[in-house]
Amino acid sequence: MQSLSELQKQAEAEIAAARDLSALDTVRVKYLGKKGELTARLKGLSKLSAADRPAAGQEINKAKKALQEALNGRRDSLQREALAEKLRADAVDVSLPGRGLGIGGRHPVSRASIRIEKIFRDAGFGIRTGPEIEDDFHNFTALNIPENHPARALHDTFYFPGGNLLRTHTSPVQIRSMVEEGVPIRIIAPGRVYRSDSDQTHTPMFQQVEGLVVDRDVSFANLKAVLHQFVENYFERQAELRFRASYFPFTEPSAEVDVEWGEGKWLEILGCGMVHPNVLRNAGVDPEEFTGYAFGMGVERLAMLRYGVQDLRTFYENDLRFLRQFN
Amino acid sequence: MKFSEKWLREWVDPALDTAELAHRLTMIGHEVDAVESHGTGLAGVVVGEVLDVKKHPDADRLSVCQVSTGDAEVVEVVCGAPNVSQGMKSPFAPAGTKLPNGVKLRKSKIRGVVSNGMLCSAIELNLGEESDGIIELHSDAQPGQPLNEYLNLPDHSFDLDLTPNRGDCFSVLGVARDVSAVTSTELKTLQISPVAPTIKDEHPVELVLPEGCPRFAARVIRNIDLSSRSPVWLIERLRRSGLREIHPVVDITNYVMLELGQPLHAYDCRLLNGPIRPRLAKQGERLTLLDEKQVELLPNTMVITDDSGPIGMAGIMGGLSTAVTINTTDVFFEAAFWPPEFMAGRARQYGMHTDASLRFERGVDADLQARAIERATELLISISGGEAGPLVDHVCVEHLPTCAPLRLRKKRLLQVLGTEIDADRVTEILVALGFDTTADDAGWDVDIPSYRFDIDVEDALVEEVARIYGYDEIPEATAIAETPLARASESRIDLNLVGNVLVARDYQEVITYSFIDHEANTQITGESSKLVISNPISSEMSVMRGSMWPGLLTAASTNFSRQQERVRFFEIGKTFHGSLETPEEVVRVAGLIAGDVVAEQWASPSQAVDFFDIKSDVVALLGMTGCAGDFSFVAAEHPALQPGQTANVVRGSEVVGVIGKLHPMLAQKYNLDKGALLFELDAEKTFAARVPLAESVSKYPAIRRDISVIVAEDVITSDLLQSAEEAAPAIVKSVRIFDIYRGAGVEAGLKSIALGLILQETSRTLTDDDADAAMAAVISNLEQNFAAVLRDKN
Repeated sequence: MQSLSELQKQAEAEIAAARDLSALDTVRVKYLGKKGELTARLKGLSKLSAADRPAAGQEINKAKKALQEALNGRRDSLQREALAEKLRADAVDVSLPGRGLGIGGRHPVSRASIRIEKIFRDAGFGIRTGPEIEDDFHNFTALNIPENHPARALHDTFYFPGGNLLRTHTSPVQIRSMVEEGVPIRIIAPGRVYRSDSDQTHTPMFQQVEGLVVDRDVSFANLKAVLHQFVENYFERQAELRFRASYFPFTEPSAEVDVEWGEGKWLEILGCGMVHPNVLRNAGVDPEEFTGYAFGMGVERLAMLRYGVQDLRTFYENDLRFLRQFN
Repeated sequence: MKFSEKWLREWVDPALDTAELAHRLTMIGHEVDAVESHGTGLAGVVVGEVLDVKKHPDADRLSVCQVSTGDAEVVEVVCGAPNVSQGMKSPFAPAGTKLPNGVKLRKSKIRGVVSNGMLCSAIELNLGEESDGIIELHSDAQPGQPLNEYLNLPDHSFDLDLTPNRGDCFSVLGVARDVSAVTSTELKTLQISPVAPTIKDEHPVELVLPEGCPRFAARVIRNIDLSSRSPVWLIERLRRSGLREIHPVVDITNYVMLELGQPLHAYDCRLLNGPIRPRLAKQGERLTLLDEKQVELLPNTMVITDDSGPIGMAGIMGGLSTAVTINTTDVFFEAAFWPPEFMAGRARQYGMHTDASLRFERGVDADLQARAIERATELLISISGGEAGPLVDHVCVEHLPTCAPLRLRKKRLLQVLGTEIDADRVTEILVALGFDTTADDAGWDVDIPSYRFDIDVEDALVEEVARIYGYDEIPEATAIAETPLARASESRIDLNLVGNVLVARDYQEVITYSFIDHEANTQITGESSKLVISNPISSEMSVMRGSMWPGLLTAASTNFSRQQERVRFFEIGKTFHGSLETPEEVVRVAGLIAGDVVAEQWASPSQAVDFFDIKSDVVALLGMTGCAGDFSFVAAEHPALQPGQTANVVRGSEVVGVIGKLHPMLAQKYNLDKGALLFELDAEKTFAARVPLAESVSKYPAIRRDISVIVAEDVITSDLLQSAEEAAPAIVKSVRIFDIYRGAGVEAGLKSIALGLILQETSRTLTDDDADAAMAAVISNLEQNFAAVLRDKN
C-alpha cells in the first residue's frame, strides 16, 4: 500500500493537473468521495489498535484538510480563469457607433434669435409677440408713418384685399404692448416680418427683434449703452460701435449702428432711436413725462455675422447639409 | 443722389480730403454708398487739335493725322477712330504717357507709319463706359492745355443714400448746407440775379386746383438757338452726377435740379394750345410721354393740361406733344410745387421712377420755384441766346405748406439725449443749419426755413443738434431702472423647450415661408384660404398657409432630391385662418419624418418609419405638459393623410392636433417614394401644463396581475384600456397593454389583448383577496362592454 504522503503527493499532482471544474471534481471524488481513497483510509482506521488510531487518524485528517485546501484553491483559480475567458469573449469594439436615434438641431436663425432673446431677458426685458397680419394703423399710422409718407414706399408691403397687410417690421408690437400694458415698459419683440423684395440680399420673409424701453428719463445715452453691451455680449468680444444719424419715422433722433469688423470696416447691424413723441401719444403715453428708446435688428444679419454665413438665401432653402452645420 | 465733389466744394470747401468728407456725410445721416474717381492717371494727356486727316496708305480703317499740341508743335499720329476729322479737338496722349489702365504709350510704327501718340476715347481715359470713337472736345479747348485742367479733373462722384425725410438734400445746395454746418465751414451763397425781361410775352396759367398745384412759376423765352452744345463744365458736372448730355434746354433743367433741388420742365412754347391748367386726370385720359410710352392716366394723378388735354404728368414726366427738340426756338419753363400728398406712390403705380418724381415725393422747398426759373433763364440765355419774358410766379399762398417756428428747451435736450451740450454750441449748430435762432436761458426759439419742412416737432431739433454735435460725442450711460420681475408662468411650456425636445429626438428645425402656393394649401388643408395676398412675389407664395405641412413636404422633397435618405423636420410657426376682415393666427408645432427609423448603421437592420414612430415623438411632447393622461388619439380623417392611419390628438374633448401617414397620392405629388409621417399641434392648446402636486410614495410592495382577453377585431384598444382603468378600484395604479395577439388559438376576426395591472396601496401590503377583487371588477367590465372572453389570467 502507498504511504499516505505518497498518496497526498499523487492527489495534489492530479489537482494541479485538473484543467476544468469537472476534472477537478473527478479528482475530489477519487480521493475524498464516499468511496475515495482517503475516505477509505479513514474507514480503515477502525482496523487499527486503539493506541495507534489517534496518531494515524490525525495524519489522515491532516492530509484530507490539505487536499481540501488544494481543491478549493484550484477551484477558485479555475473559476477566475473561466470568468476571465467569458469576459474576453464578451469584449466589444467600443469605437463602433451607438445604436438608435442621433440628435437634431435648431435652425441657425432660431439659434441666433434664442441667443438674442436670452441676452435681453437676462437684462430684464420681457418678450412680446404680435400678429403677422397687421392693420395699416399699427404697422404705419401709429408709428408716425401716415398715408402718403415717403417712408411707405420703402417698405415694399404685401397687402391683402381690404387693406390688411403683412407686417413689414416688428415695430407694431411697440404700439400694441404700450396700449395693453402701459408704461414703464421694457420689452423685446422677436418675429417674422415680410417685404416684397427677393434678391441676393433680400428674402421676402425674414426675422426681426424689436426692442422698446419707455420710462422716466430714458435717454439716447442709455440707448447707446444698452446696444453696446448687447453687441459685445452677442459677439463675445470687445466691439467698437458707430452710431450714424439716420431716419425712421417712429424715432427722433434716429440712428443706424455699425460694428467695427476689422481693417477699418464697419458693418451695419441695427437701427434705433428715441421713440417719437407722436408714437408715444398714439399709444396713450405722455411724451413729456416719459421718454423711450427703440431698436430693431435683423436676425438673419446677426446670424450671418456670428456664424459666417455668406448667402442670406441659404437660410430658407432648408438644405440639411447647410442646416447640420449648426448642430 | 449722385453729384460731383468739385461742384460741392464750390459751395463749401472744408479742409478735409475726399475720404474724410465722405465719412462726415455718412455720420450726419447722408450715407455715402459709393465714391467714384474721375480723371485719375491723366497726367501728360493734353488737348490736341487735328489739323489734317489723311487715309493710311496701307490700312483702310486707319487715318494718319497731324495733331497740334500747342507751341506750334505738330506730331503725326495714326488713329483708328471712325469719327476723327479735320479741325476736331480731342484728348491726346503723347508717346511716353502712362494711360489710366497702366499701359505706357510708345512711339511705334503702325503699318509703316510712325505714330507719336494716341488720340483717346472715353474708355481709354476712364472717363466713361461707352464710346463710339475718340472724345470730341469743345472748340474752346486750347491745344496743349492739360486735359485735367480743361475738364476740371480729377474729381469724384459721391453717391448718397438719402433718408426719406431729407428731400432738400437731393441737391448740391442742400448737401452743402449740412456739410457747412458739420464742418463749421462757410457756405458760399450762389448769387442768382434776376434776368430782366426783354420781351413782354407770357403764357397763361390757371391754378384751377390750387391744393394740387399751389405754385407754378413760369417764363417764356423766345428765339433761342439749340444748335450749339452745352459748355463742357456743365456737361462734365452732369456726367459726374450720373446724367447724360441731351441738348442745352434739358441739360439746364437737369443742372438746376441738381444744383437747387427744383425739378423743372420746359415746353416748346409754340406747341402749347391755350392756357395751362394743372388738374387731376380724368378717367380714361391718355398721354404719350417723352419716352414715347403711352399711359392711361389714373384719376389720382395730377396732370398739366392745355386745350388739347393732358400735356404732362405733373412732377413725373412731360408729354411728347410739347417736347423741346433741338429745332425749338421758343420755350416755356415750368417750376411748380407739387405737394407730396399728390405725388406719393403716383409714379410707382405706372411703374415709373424719375429724378423729378423722387424729389417731389420726398418734398421740394415750396419757396424755390422762382429762383430756379431765374437760374435756368440765366444759363439758357448765356448758352443759347434768346429773349426772356417776365417771370410769372402763379401762387395760391393759402395752399402752400408752412413751417411753424419751434421752441427747443434745454430741459428737453437733456432729457432726450442724456447729456448736456454747451448752449453756445447748440446755438452755433442751429444757426449753421440755416435756422433763425434766438437763445435765452431756458432754450431757443427757432424759425424753420422752408427747405426744412421735415422739422415739425421739438425733438426734430434735438436730432438736428445731436446729429451735427455728433452721436459719437454722446457718452454711454447705463440706465438704472427698477424692473419688476418678469411673469414666469409654469403652466405654459416654453416653445423653445418643445423645440429642444424634438432636437433631442433627432429632429432638425426648418423655417419655411408663411405664404405658399394656393393649390398646395387647399390640397393639404381641404379648404380654400381666404387670405390671398394682393401683390405676391409669385403664385407659389400667394396665400397664407393654413398648415405647415406643405412647407415641410417641400423641404423634405428638396432634400430627398439632393440625395438625403432620411429626414426628420420640425417647424414652430404660425398658420393663418379666418377671413380677410378677421384673420386668425395660430402658433403650431409641426413635424415630418421620412426614411428609416434610425440613420443607416451597423447595429440595427434598416426599418422604415411608421405611425408609431411619430406617435412616440408626439406622446413625448404631450408628456411635457405633465398631463399625458388628458390626451387621446382618436381615429379620424384628414385630406392630406392616409385613411386608417390618421388620428386626431384630443385633449379632453378638444382636438388639439393631427397625426398620421401622408396620403399616397400626395407622397407621389411631392416625390416622396418612401412616404412620410406628419404631425401638427396647436401650441396654445397643447402646451398648457399642470403644476405638479406631489403624493407620498408607497413603502409597500406593488403586485402585478396579468390577464388576456379575446375581443372582436374592431374593438379600439384605447377604449378598452380606458374602460378597464375606470372599472378598476383605486388600488390599481396603472393598467398597460403589453401584447396584442392574433393567430393560433384565437379565432379569425378576434384578437387577444394582454393587460398588466399594477396594484399598490400606500398604507398596507395588499392581499390576494384585494387583487382578486380588482381583477374581477376589471374582467366583468370588459365582459359587459366589449363581450370579452377571458383567455388567461395569472
